[in-house]
Amino acid sequence: MTSVAAPPAGREAGGKFEIRGRAEDLLVVLSGRWCLGRNLPSRGALEEGLGAATRRIAFDASGLEAWDSGLLAFLTGVLKTCAARGIGVDQAGLPEGVRRLLAMSFAVPEQKLAGRGEERGGFFVRVGKASLELIRGAPAMLGFLGEITLSFVRLFGGRARFRMSDLWLEVEQVGPRALPIVSVISFLVGLILAYLGADQLKQVGAQIFIADLVAIGMVREVGALMTGIIIAGRTGAAFAAQLGTMQVNEEIDAFRTLGISPIDFLVLPRLLALMLMVPLLTLYSGFVGMAAGLLVSTTIFDISLFEYYNETLRALELKHFWVGLSKGSVYGAMVAFAGCLRGMQCGRSAEAVGEAATSAVVTGILLITIAASVMTIVYYQLDI
Amino acid sequence: MNAGPAHIEVRDLTMAYGDHVVQSGVSFSVKAGDVFVIMGGNGCGKTTLMRALIGLQRPSAGTVRYEGEDFWAVAREDRERMKRRLGIMFQGGALWSSLTLAENVALPLAEYTDLPPARIAEVVSFKLALVGLAGFEEFYPSELSGGMKKRAGLARAMALDPDTLIIDEPSSGLDPLTARRLDDLILALRDSLGATIVVISHDLASILAIGSDSIFLDADTHTMIPTGNPREALLHGDPKVRHFLTRGGA
Repeated sequence: MTSVAAPPAGREAGGKFEIRGRAEDLLVVLSGRWCLGRNLPSRGALEEGLGAATRRIAFDASGLEAWDSGLLAFLTGVLKTCAARGIGVDQAGLPEGVRRLLAMSFAVPEQKLAGRGEERGGFFVRVGKASLELIRGAPAMLGFLGEITLSFVRLFGGRARFRMSDLWLEVEQVGPRALPIVSVISFLVGLILAYLGADQLKQVGAQIFIADLVAIGMVREVGALMTGIIIAGRTGAAFAAQLGTMQVNEEIDAFRTLGISPIDFLVLPRLLALMLMVPLLTLYSGFVGMAAGLLVSTTIFDISLFEYYNETLRALELKHFWVGLSKGSVYGAMVAFAGCLRGMQCGRSAEAVGEAATSAVVTGILLITIAASVMTIVYYQLDI
Repeated sequence: MNAGPAHIEVRDLTMAYGDHVVQSGVSFSVKAGDVFVIMGGNGCGKTTLMRALIGLQRPSAGTVRYEGEDFWAVAREDRERMKRRLGIMFQGGALWSSLTLAENVALPLAEYTDLPPARIAEVVSFKLALVGLAGFEEFYPSELSGGMKKRAGLARAMALDPDTLIIDEPSSGLDPLTARRLDDLILALRDSLGATIVVISHDLASILAIGSDSIFLDADTHTMIPTGNPREALLHGDPKVRHFLTRGGA
């Protein structure tokens, strides 16, 4: 006869069991309060009491004072162990409610599902898996690029189906509504450029060239780059979240079933809006940066307003504006591509929407940086 | 009507969004061990009433008492303590998408009990098996169908063996057999564990199968009609309620 009570601990006294009978035919006597918040014996203690010769167990619950899921979880485990060892179980001695709930818990057989809880593997395994995923993702990216190209072909052929009101809404969202953040960042970057230039140029007494540095730097490179990064964080993430949520709600499937291309209806207006507005924001960013340079030069470094203005006019050529605008257009397209791609590839859960937004920003900034490097080298080689 | 003590007592409850009154003068008692059904058509305020019962939306007027304790008048900490005795199943399951099913069910147990992890795992497996999801412990909600999410939501609601289960639309979106199984489970929980169950539903088969007492929320007058046992209401109830229960046939 084995008697097992719960180990005494901080909790209130709980349930216990006792095993009676001969080796092949055992009676498990349950007593006490088998409730979750109380001390309960482990299932292992009962399993140890089952010998190799045990063929059948029965229960006596006459001493049971109270029970809840604590008893049910215990008995579920015992029943599974008995089934695995071929031991018959007579539940007649259990309370009717316990038998009813146990029957319900075993009514649907447990699913044996392969591939669940597989190990993540070591560092190299994970790097390998990530690389393979990247390679497998490339055709999808190219496919999306192809769909966008076809959509543009339909646009120029007058066959693209989207609402102009959507385009203007997107234009408003990505353009005028981005002005405050573009203004603040551009002003501060212009200010930083001016201070950086002043520190170096004062060593050769050429502080007037702060105007050249700020004007060319902001108009040609930094204005476009900063605007691109701001738009990637602000608009690219928003595009991915909007399209991702539509994916979760099956709105994109609804477009497809109606024979309407979601690329035309959803992606094209967003792409056009960014390609139209980012160059303008780049231009605006350049002027705000130059205004910051002007303010610093005239108030801190004793350069007159007239001198700064003239030097800026002398430094800036039309080609610098074209370079800045072309970069702005490309960055805008990159951000729209990354945001829409990640949104359309989004899974069907709230978590997937978050991942899509994060991925859109990361992809957008990566594409902008690659494009900036390539274009800078190409323009240098072409002497533009 | 039983003469037992009221487990939940709602008196003169008014729910409103700004000036828009959704329901006013809602009063009812739920006896311990009842399956109480709140029924009504779309937009009648069923879910708003549920939000007032579970502490998500303060009613504009009236009281909600659990075992005599005024839910909205007590201190916030006391209300949090009272909430732990409620198990809530939301309409779509409301599972946390970043957690597996096992983690979803285990979270309340890990937060509010001092059970060891092995015991929590046993309880989680049992609760999932009870709703027919044995073996799905490591699945994420996004990998499940709508009905499975709903059942997993019920498993989570039952995690702490609550005194009161409040269930929003248990059978909508489920196939008839699964809906029947869920109804059986609700009755088994009531009979076996003595839980009091409040069901918000407009599913006629389910209302008639499990309800022992009920009210009907009228979307036109923004008031409630006490309806008693739904099966009785179907035969002898208020004409508006019979109209609803017979799908416009009476």
